[in-house]
Amino acid sequence: MSAGSVQQFQESLSRLDTPSTVVTPEEFETELAEIIEPPAVGAELAFDGHSLSGLPVTLGPSPSQLREATTGVTGSRLSIASLGTVVVESSTDGDEFVALYPEFHVVVVKESEIRSTLSEAFEWLRSEFAAGRQSFVLATGPSSTGDMGALVQGVHGPERVHIVIVRDDE
Amino acid sequence: MSESTRSDAERIRTLLRTESEEIKENTRLFNAARYDAVETVGAETHERYRTQAREIKEESIDRLPELLDRTRRAVEENGGTVYVADDAADANRYIRTVLAEKDADSVVKSKSMTTEEIDLNESLEANGCGVWETDLGEFVIQVAEESPSHIVGPSLHKSREEITALFEREFDPEEPLDSAQKLTAFAREFLGERIDEADIGITGANFVMAESGSIALVTNEGNARKCASIPDTHVAVAGIEKIIPSVAELEPFAELISRSATGQDIPQYLSLLTPPVETPTIDFDRAEEPEFGGNDADRDFHLVLIDNGRRAMRQDEELRETLYCIRCGACANSCANFQSVGGHAFGGETYTGGIATGWEAGIEGLDVAEEFNDLCTGCSRCVNACPVKIDIPWINTVVRDRINRGKDPGFEDLLVDGLVPDEEESGTPLRKRFFGNFETAAKIGSATAPLSNLVASSGVARKAMESTVGIDARRDLPTFERTTLRKWARSRDTHVEDPLRRVVLYPDVYTNYVQTARGKAAVRVLEALGCEVVVPDVGGSGRAPLSQGMIATAEGKARSVAESLLFYLEDGYDVVVIEPSDLAMFRREYEKLLPAAAHERIDEGSYEILEFVYGLLENGADIAALPDGDGNGVAYHSHCQQRTLGLESYTETVLERLGYDVLTSDVECCGMAGSFGYKSEYYELSMDVGETLATQFEPVENERTVVASGTSCMEQLDSLLTAESRHPIELLDPVDR
Repeated sequence: MSAGSVQQFQESLSRLDTPSTVVTPEEFETELAEIIEPPAVGAELAFDGHSLSGLPVTLGPSPSQLREATTGVTGSRLSIASLGTVVVESSTDGDEFVALYPEFHVVVVKESEIRSTLSEAFEWLRSEFAAGRQSFVLATGPSSTGDMGALVQGVHGPERVHIVIVRDDE
Repeated sequence: MSESTRSDAERIRTLLRTESEEIKENTRLFNAARYDAVETVGAETHERYRTQAREIKEESIDRLPELLDRTRRAVEENGGTVYVADDAADANRYIRTVLAEKDADSVVKSKSMTTEEIDLNESLEANGCGVWETDLGEFVIQVAEESPSHIVGPSLHKSREEITALFEREFDPEEPLDSAQKLTAFAREFLGERIDEADIGITGANFVMAESGSIALVTNEGNARKCASIPDTHVAVAGIEKIIPSVAELEPFAELISRSATGQDIPQYLSLLTPPVETPTIDFDRAEEPEFGGNDADRDFHLVLIDNGRRAMRQDEELRETLYCIRCGACANSCANFQSVGGHAFGGETYTGGIATGWEAGIEGLDVAEEFNDLCTGCSRCVNACPVKIDIPWINTVVRDRINRGKDPGFEDLLVDGLVPDEEESGTPLRKRFFGNFETAAKIGSATAPLSNLVASSGVARKAMESTVGIDARRDLPTFERTTLRKWARSRDTHVEDPLRRVVLYPDVYTNYVQTARGKAAVRVLEALGCEVVVPDVGGSGRAPLSQGMIATAEGKARSVAESLLFYLEDGYDVVVIEPSDLAMFRREYEKLLPAAAHERIDEGSYEILEFVYGLLENGADIAALPDGDGNGVAYHSHCQQRTLGLESYTETVLERLGYDVLTSDVECCGMAGSFGYKSEYYELSMDVGETLATQFEPVENERTVVASGTSCMEQLDSLLTAESRHPIELLDPVDR
C-alpha cells in the first residue's frame, strides 16, 4: 500500500476550497487551538499519542451544546490524497454528530494514514470490515447542493471544513 | 392526427414552453461535467471500471436468491431486521407496522426513488404520519406537490425564482428568500428541526452488501447521514437488485456513480453503514445533559427489500439488464430528447430517461411504458454513457415491440396490407408499419418517379398522410430517384486493374432510392483509390422496422442481408456502408438478430465509408487521386450512432488530409433520428433539439460546406439551414477533380 503525499493531499483540498494546516506532533495542540472557533464540540481522536482533552473542546456534549457549537472536531483514521477525502467513523464517541451539526468541521489526520487513491482506501476498508469495524463515511469537502439554483455549501452538514495534518514523528 | 397523438403533441409543446429551459441547462451541465471527469480519470481506466461493474452486476443478479439469504443472515446477526416485500402494498404495510410498534407519527426521509415507486409518503400520510423529504430537490417537489423530473435531480426543471415564489407562498418567511443561499439556509433550518424531532428516519440504499449486511448511501447534502443516525429507528428501503456480494465489490461503483451522474470524482458523502450503528442516540428532551442527553435508547434497523416485479424481470431475458441500473441518470443527461422535455414527458410513474422504459415496463406495466417509449429514437448516445453498459436502446426496442403486439388490430391494417409486407402480428399500429416498411414505399416511389414525388408533395396527399400515418405536413419529404444506385452501378462499364481491395458497397434504402448521389460518389472514390466495387442486390438492413419496434420484420431483413453479405465476405470482399445507422445495425443490433458467427463475420468485415477510405490511404492508396480541399471550410456534423461506434474522427482526418479546414459540431444530436422528426407530435421537439446545431452552423453556412454523415441528420440540417448539406464522401468525388 503506497503512502499518499501530504503535498498531493493539500493540492486536492485546495481544489475543494478546503484549507489545511500541517503541524508537527509538538505543535499539534497550539495550532489546533488556533483553528478552532468556539464554542466547539469534539469526538475523541482514535489514534495514539494525541488527544483533544487539553483543548477548548467539549467532548460528549449535551444536545444543546451540539446544536450551538460553531466547530466540531473529529479525527480521521484514513485520508485519500488524490480526492481530498477523509473518513468519519461511526463510534460511541458520536463522531457522526460532531462532524454533521456544526457549521465548521475540523478534521485531524495523521500523515502516515494518508493513502494515495480510492483504490488503496478500499484495501484499507476491506481489512477494517474483516476486523468487524464496518461503518464509515467517506467525506469530501463541505456538504453542498445544486438544487436551489446555484451551488451552495452547508446544506445539512458543515459549510466549511479544515484539515489538520499531523506530521509523523521523526 | 389521432386524438392521442394530438394530446401527446400538446403535452410536449407545454413542457417545451415551461420546463425545457431549466432541464436543458442542468442536464447539459451534468453531461459536460461527466465528459470532463472521464477525461481526467482516463478513458481506459473508466472503461475498466465499467467492465468490472458490469461483471459484478451480472453475477449479483445471477446469484440473487443466495445473496438475499446472505443479506438476511448478516443483518439479523447485526441486530437488524430484513423484510422482503412482494409489492408496493406489502412494503407499505410492513413499514406502517414498524411505525405502529414505535408509536411513531413523524418520519424524515432521504431521497429514495424506490420509496417513490411504492408511493410510501402517501401511504404514511394516509395513516396520519407527518413525512418530510430532507433532500432539497425532493423537498421542493414535495412542497410543490409534483413528481420528480429526473432520477438524480428531482427538481431540476425548476428555476431558483420558481422555488423562491413557491417557498414564500407556502412558508411565508420573515425575510425574502431571493437567493440560493437564503433558500438553502431556510430549508436547512426548517428540515433540521424536523429531523431532530422525527421518530423514524427512512433512507434508500444505493448498494446493499450481503456479506456484512451493510448499505452504501451516496449523497452530497448530508441529509442521508442525519436521517440514518439521528432518529433511533432507521428504515432503509431498496429494490432487491441493489445487493452486491460484499464491500470488495463496491469499489468500481464508488468510482463510477458520481462521475456518471454529476461529473464528480466522488460524492461529498459516501456512507458505508452497517446498522444499527455505534453512534449514540440523541435525546433532545434532555437537552442540557452531557453525552448527547445521556440517552441509552437502543437503535433499531429495518432493511426493506422490494421485489415489485423485479424477480420477474430477472427471469425475462430482455428486461433483465435493467436490474443492473445504478440510477445515475447518465442516460437521461446524454439524451437529446430528454434534454428538451425532461422526465415529465420522458418518464413514467417513477423513473425517467432512457432506462425508464425498462423499469416502468417491469414494475408498472407496458401501458405506463407506452406513454413515453417512443421518445427513445434509438440514437444510442446513452450506450457509452451508462456505467454498467446496459443496452438501453435495445430494451426500448423490445418494449416497443411488446407494446405493438398488444394492440388491437385496426381496420386500416387490412387496407394497406400490400404496403406492409412485414412479419408483424396484426395489431402493430398502422403508422409504425408505414415507417417500418419504408423500403417498400421507397421501391414503389422510385419505380413511379417523378410522378410519385409530385403526388406526394401535393397538399391533398400531405393532409392525408398527416391524418393517416401522422407525417407532419411541415416536413419536406424525400425525393425518390427513378434510377436507383444499383441500376446505375449495373449499367456502368468499369474495370479496375489489379485491385487493392475488392469492395461490396452496401446500398442502404436511402442511398439506393433517394440519396443516389452519395452512392455514386462512393463508388467513384473507391475506384479512384484502387478498389473493385460491386453494388449487390441486397435489401434494407432492418433499421427502419427495428426503430418501430418491429423486431420480427427486422430479423427477417437481417437474415436476408446476412445471406448476401456473407457470400461476399467469404470470397474476400470488404463491406463498406455509407449510412451510419445501418453500420450500427451490422455491428450492434445484429448481435441480437443473427447467429453469433454470422454477426461476428459481418461486424469485423464491415466499415463506414470514410473509415474505409482512411484505411486505404494508410495502406498505400494515393490521396492525389482525390480532389484537393484547397483550404476550403467544411462544417461537419457526425451521426449519433457513428459517434457511439467511435468513428467520427476518420471523416475529420480524411477531410483534413485533403486540405479542408474542418469545423465539427459538438452538439449531442440533431433531433431527427430515423423517422422521428416526421411524426406530427414530435415535430416541435425535433426542431427544438435541432436548434443547438442550427445555432452552431448558421453563422458559418455561407463560408463553409455543410456535410453530415447520416441521412436523417442531412434532412434535419436541410430544414434548419438555408444551405443544402452533402455527405462527406461527395467532397471526395474524383469527378470534381
